[in-house]
Parts: sequence; C-alpha cells; structure tokens
Amino acid sequence: MALKLPSLFTRNAEAELIPQGRLSGPMPWVIAIMVALTVIAAAAGLAFSNTARNASDALTGGITVQIVNAEPAERERQAQAVLQALRRTPGVVEASQVSQAEIDRLIEPWLGAPLDGNTAIPVPALIDARLRDPVDGEMLGALRRTLRQVAPSARVDAQSTWLKPVFSAIGTMRWLALALVGVLAFALAAAVLLAVRSALGTNRETIEIVHLLGGTDRQIARVFQRAIGFDAAGGGAIGLALGLLVVLLLGKQLGGLGAGLVSSGALGLIDWILLALIPLGGVGLAMFTARQTVIRALKKML
Amino acid sequence: MSNAAEGEIVQFDNVGLRYGTDREVLSNVSFTLFPGGFYFLTGASGAGKTSLLKLLYLAQRPSRGAIRMFGSDAITLPRERLPGLRRRIGVVFQEFRLVQHMSAFDNIALPLRVAGVAEREITKPVTDMLEWVGLADRMHALPAQLSGGEQQRVAIARAVIHRPEMLVADEPTGNVDPDMAVKLLRLFEALNRLGTTVVVATHDVHLLKRVPDSLIMRLDKGRLSDPTGALRYPPRVPRPRGDAA
Repeated sequence: MALKLPSLFTRNAEAELIPQGRLSGPMPWVIAIMVALTVIAAAAGLAFSNTARNASDALTGGITVQIVNAEPAERERQAQAVLQALRRTPGVVEASQVSQAEIDRLIEPWLGAPLDGNTAIPVPALIDARLRDPVDGEMLGALRRTLRQVAPSARVDAQSTWLKPVFSAIGTMRWLALALVGVLAFALAAAVLLAVRSALGTNRETIEIVHLLGGTDRQIARVFQRAIGFDAAGGGAIGLALGLLVVLLLGKQLGGLGAGLVSSGALGLIDWILLALIPLGGVGLAMFTARQTVIRALKKML
Repeated sequence: MSNAAEGEIVQFDNVGLRYGTDREVLSNVSFTLFPGGFYFLTGASGAGKTSLLKLLYLAQRPSRGAIRMFGSDAITLPRERLPGLRRRIGVVFQEFRLVQHMSAFDNIALPLRVAGVAEREITKPVTDMLEWVGLADRMHALPAQLSGGEQQRVAIARAVIHRPEMLVADEPTGNVDPDMAVKLLRLFEALNRLGTTVVVATHDVHLLKRVPDSLIMRLDKGRLSDPTGALRYPPRVPRPRGDAA
C-alpha cells in the first residue's frame, strides 16, 4: 500500500505543538546583538571598499611632478616648461600647477605659516597631471625622459605609488570586516544550535508523543524552524535598527573630519539596501540551522 | 517470511528484545494478529507486556527475530516510512502521555492534525469524542487540571479519534471506575466491529470475560503462551474475527 504522508500541520496547530515563548528566552536579544554587530562590520567593509575604489579611480591615472630647485625663478621656469611639455604629450588629459597658496596650506602643519608670503625653506613646485590610462612603469619612464629634457630638476611619481601602503591597509581592513561578518554568522548559528538543542531537550516528551502518533521529522523540524524564525525576525529588526543607528552616528562623526579619503567611503543606496538585507540573511541562517539541528537530533530517535 | 500469512495485520516470528546488555525481556515471541481480531495480552507485572506493546506500536525495534506489520517488514523498513505505519495504529499509553501544555481538545485532535486533517474537519469529531467519553465540559482543561480517570479517557479518545486499523492499549481501564471501564470496553468493541484490530494489555481478569470472542495471549517472564493455539505463527488456520462479532 502506498503511504501518502500529509506533510503539513496547519499553521495554528504547529504553533501549539511547542508552548509559546519556550524557545524565546534571550534568543531574540542574542540575534539582535549579532545582527547589529554584523551591520556595523558590513558597513565598515562596504565603506572600506568604497574608499579603495574611489581613491583608486582618482589616483590610478594621476602623476605628480616636483621641481626640486632652490632658485625660485629657475624653479618657476622649469615648472612652466613641464606644464607645456605635459600638455603636448599624448595621453595626458589634464595638467595644472598646484598654487603656492595650496602648497603653503599643505606644509603649514609641519613648517608653520610663511612670513610675508615667503618660506625660509625652498619648497618644490608641484604639478598635478592626469593621464587617460592607468600609469605603468613604461609610461612613467617615458614621461621622466621627456620632462628631464625641458626640466632637469623634475621628479616624476605616480600618485598611486605613494598611497600603495594605504590601499594595502584598506584592503586588509576590508577583509577583516568580511571575516568579522563570517565569525558573527558562525556565532549566530552556534547560538541557535544551542537554543534548539535546549528546546529539544525540554520538549522531548512532546516530540516523542508526536512521533508515536505518526508525526514526521519534517513536521517537527518545521515547528522549531518557525519558532526560531519569529525570534530571528524580531531580533533582526531590533539589531538592524541598532546597527544602522551606530553606522549613521559613526558616519556623521567621520564625515565631520572632512578628510577626502574618509568621505570617499560614504555608503551608497546599494550599500544601504545590502545592510537592510542582513536581518533577512540572519533569519534564513537561523531557520536553516534550527532545521538541520532538529533533523539530526530526530534521526537518533526511532 | 511465509506468504501463507496473507491478510494478517501483524506477524511476530521468534522475536527477542533486550535493553542494553541485560537479559532478554522478551524471548522467542511468535504470534499473528488478524484484521478485526480482539486480543487481550495478560501477564504478571514485569512479564514484558509493555515491551511487547512497544514493539507493536513501533516505539522499539526488537533485538532479534522478524516482525511484519501491515504487510511491511518492520525491522528493515526505512525510518522515513515509520510515520505512515504509526498513523494506522492508535495507542493508549499506560501513563497516558498527554501533551501537558495542550487542552483536552487539542490532545485529542493531535493525531488528526499530525495526519494533516483540515482544522474545519477536526472540531466536530473531537467534540463528539469528548462528549462520548464524558468530558465535553472539560475540553479546555489542561491535563494537570484533570483527574487520573479523566486523563485516561482523553488518552483513549486520542487513540481512537482517527479510526486506526489497530488499537493498542496498555492497561486502559486501570484508572477508571468500573462503569467507565465497561463503557470504554464497549467503545473498543464498537471499533472492533468496524474492523479495528484491538490489542489490550491488562491484568484485570474480569475484563477478559467481558469480551467473549477475544483471544488471549499470556506472557510469562518474556515468553508467550498461547492457550488456544489460535495465535501461533505461522498460523494453521487464519481466523478473521469479523464474523464472530
């Protein structure tokens, strides 16, 4: 005889199988904390990604030419010659000299404000140029040879070279944030596993009775899955709110620094949507963990 | 396994059961149960009645021997198919085993819900059953609020609500007054007349006399004696009881 096993309790009956609140306890709060921390870690990871991407976009085609000459007139002459040469060079889309006022502002923290518009120490003239393509070693060598002909004091550097250690640090932080998200997901799964095991022990008698009345593992697992799902949804919503609040406050504080690199890490719409999806991921992970835990435990019963 | 036993609902062949490394609590137990039969299982306390019933309602696998139930080999049957067999069996546990956080109504409705019966089709049969066992006014009470006898009636109602093909009852009248015991026995007989195979474990000899066409299995220190020879396995003559009612 073919046995057709109806696979579902009705919604209400399932809910009644385990006493309401039996699974809950601190579970929603544990999930809330996990989700809040995950949101913060993920926001940090996304911000680092944005910073790296924006800075990379801005710097990959950038070069800086320094005219290192103690004689102001000669320095200015060579700077103008470099500017002319750069503007004639194919592939250079933009070239401009950094104004003396900007240079003074940049060195002020170290050398102090210049007296009467003159600095006691000669400061190189700076020329900022942007190439159409990312700067590679060959291109940089060719530019150096070209510029030396018109300005012997010229030193040419790719901007990306200066910030390589910074990019490296940002990359490390991004991976660290990702690892943190992974660790938090693992911790969430472990917390759910412990809660479900405890609930299985508490409700063992009921589960045995349901088994003996013909209940299937899937039916029983669904009851736990649903209970954990509700806990996770509630906790996830609270966690998301807390996490976003922290991210917004941090963002506001960092934004107040006014540093270009920091502000380039601002979160975009897609980033906010991704953060909002974290509780859903948490609910899914919690329900999956609960289901697997229950199914494995039930398989040990006849 | 013999094919001569066609139509049998349960076949035990040389079944032994031991818990851990203890001595066998059941030894070389062989018998057959036919659809529509009414069987009493008797024996002194500790004779192995509850252990035998556990094998019957698939709460336990034997240590040795062969068991066929409803045409399936219950020993090698995959675990996933056990719920299907269990839904064909109604069980009255000795200690009732009601779900403590559920009302009498919900406890009785449990087998129907497990089987996926729609909620709208549950209320009437459960209410009727509650009325029949005299607990209509106690339907919302939790087991802890019911007396022992009332709990036993709820347990019996739960066992029969889904009209099982086989009813297994472990001392079902142990906690009820004589009038209720007779009433419950009449319920079992009524189910039996509708085709349900009934197996009742009891040490109440008065109960045995109340169902004249019943067959008696007697357990003594884990060994089954079959006074009439009607239960032997393989059977000599299949004995459906439907015409004896």
